[in-house]
Amino acid sequence: MWIGIKLVANWSCKMTKLGQTVAMGVSEAVQSQPVITAPFGKALVEAGARNPKILGLTADLGKYTDIFPFKEAFPDRFFNIGMAEQNMVGIAAGLARTGFVPFCTTYCVFATRRAYDFIAIGCALSRSNVKIIAGLPGLTTGYGATHQGIEDLALMRSIPNLTVIDPCDATETMQAVHAIAEFDGPVYMRLLRGQVPVVLDLATYRFSLERAQRLREGTDVGIISTGLMTGRALEAVQTLSALGIEATLLHVPVIKPLDVATIAELAATVDLLVTAENHVVTGGLGSAVADLIVACQTKNKLIKIGIPDHFVECGSLPYLHTKYGLTAENIVSTVLSALHQPS
Amino acid sequence: MEETQRKERRAADIQRLRQRSKNLRQHILTMASGKGQGYIGQGLGIADILAALYFYEMKYDPLNPRWEKRDRFVLSTGHYSIALWAALVEAGILPASELPQYGADQCRLEMSTIDTTPGVEMTGGSLGHGLGQAVGMALGLRLAGESSRVFVELSDGELQEGSVWEAAMSGSHFQLDNLVAIIDCNGIQADGPMVMNIEPVADKWRAFGWETTEIDGNDMTQIVAVLEAARQPLNRPKAIVARTLPGKGVASIENCEKAHFLNTTHVDWNQARRELELQND
Ligand SMILES: Cc1ncc(C[n+]2csc(CCOP(=O)(O)OP(=O)(O)O)c2C)c(N)n1
Repeated sequence: MWIGIKLVANWSCKMTKLGQTVAMGVSEAVQSQPVITAPFGKALVEAGARNPKILGLTADLGKYTDIFPFKEAFPDRFFNIGMAEQNMVGIAAGLARTGFVPFCTTYCVFATRRAYDFIAIGCALSRSNVKIIAGLPGLTTGYGATHQGIEDLALMRSIPNLTVIDPCDATETMQAVHAIAEFDGPVYMRLLRGQVPVVLDLATYRFSLERAQRLREGTDVGIISTGLMTGRALEAVQTLSALGIEATLLHVPVIKPLDVATIAELAATVDLLVTAENHVVTGGLGSAVADLIVACQTKNKLIKIGIPDHFVECGSLPYLHTKYGLTAENIVSTVLSALHQPS
Repeated sequence: MEETQRKERRAADIQRLRQRSKNLRQHILTMASGKGQGYIGQGLGIADILAALYFYEMKYDPLNPRWEKRDRFVLSTGHYSIALWAALVEAGILPASELPQYGADQCRLEMSTIDTTPGVEMTGGSLGHGLGQAVGMALGLRLAGESSRVFVELSDGELQEGSVWEAAMSGSHFQLDNLVAIIDCNGIQADGPMVMNIEPVADKWRAFGWETTEIDGNDMTQIVAVLEAARQPLNRPKAIVARTLPGKGVASIENCEKAHFLNTTHVDWNQARRELELQND
């Protein structure tokens, strides 16, 4: 049973020829999939038109983080800090202290690994109104370990006061930009850039900073997903349904603060929970759910789907996604084997 | 008489090194062709400097890339890997047969340098790491009583990272005579021409206590001269500010819009190879 949303497309990843370089690519939409170009930039221009206090900052990755539409619309409100992520976050924190709402872009790895102290102290501790928008989350680039932000959710989730978001598509990206522009406080949001697939229906979907989204109801298994894995999970639940297994699919775009009530409610109604995230299985959504079910004492069986606890190499995305299990097929087979295993 | 001989030897060296540069650039074209996009501009721009380092200045053993007494070359800008792969192939450390696999699944020639590939001293890609590690290597080699030297490449955009200046300060503080930084100033960074002013580059390095020289980084005579001068013990590290031209050596790529991640779908690779062969500098 589908609820609340009209699905417009599934984000699927069909295997292409192995050995092909996709490390160069900027989009991972498959052909024929509906896409929106630069949804982040588009929404930021709209938000900027409404609120003159919104500023755009980048650390020499404007071209690659879809913020140039904002630069074109509001050249006086855009600042390229150069390749200096710590400085960018520091400047943003200072701007926030003078009443502005800076949106800063770079890649996840540089925002988190390089500028962590500056986010923790300059933004989170002081509850500064700084928005960090970070590209190349998880395996959305085949460039190699230095560019794949595979542990950013764990790092950001452990900082008090910070709101952490992993949108699943273009629809949610645009709605989330508006929501965080209105919200007063520090935010870390993962960015899907370029030609971003449309998975959720723009007209009917309603992103919320408080609520997780039940996209489907079923009693056999609860699948809890975030980010681009929600597209894969949508595909998986259809396949499972055809096999007679009905899943509840709970999409959790806001990793922090976590919608504890909705997840706990799901945990109380199914035995098997499967989490799916474009992130290492250590410290992300799966770990948050594990903490929660221990606290609730619901005794679920929990399986975490995500990148295993090691660095990923260079290669094409279809190759890497298959190798590391970020596919609808892997969700399906994980659920099937868990259900057929005697507990 | 001796002077004439010296001059002749020098001219022959320069000639030989220019041929090496050409070979490096051929390898770069082999890696870049058919990929659609890439860091070919940077690779071609820095080929002359790598040719001089690998075939004139540094001591290393191609059969034993981990030889303890080797000089180290640290490529701090990991995205320039295309140039390092070319140099390592030309030096006989990696086989030429791997060139087409650049960036492909299960390859060793990754898009960004990775220290599991033979001949690579440091994993790069996150900029601002190289100089710190090079300072550590130079300090470590000196502590171990080795005469080996450390050469580190940095880019102009990279100078915007604070970590570079932390490392620069320590390099001169520890009086690392065995450390040479080469700053590839090609005038571009990811978002286009320098988005944050870094000039005057040479003055900054001087102010940080480095013996600094500015050269045309595509002029082999100047490169060789500055590398020779950098051997001089002065109780301080040496900085070479090298002005380079992205795409150098291949006219059709030199004439492209100067872009960090160059779209190469329009490049005629056979034509590019011909342009390279015809080039005389
Ligand atoms: C710490 C860090 N921040 C950002 C990046 C993304 N990035 C890769 S290259 C680059 C531009 C750096 O300038 P430069 O090396 O001078 O550019 P090029 O000459 O290669 O165009 C940027 C911002 C990175 N690799 N590392």
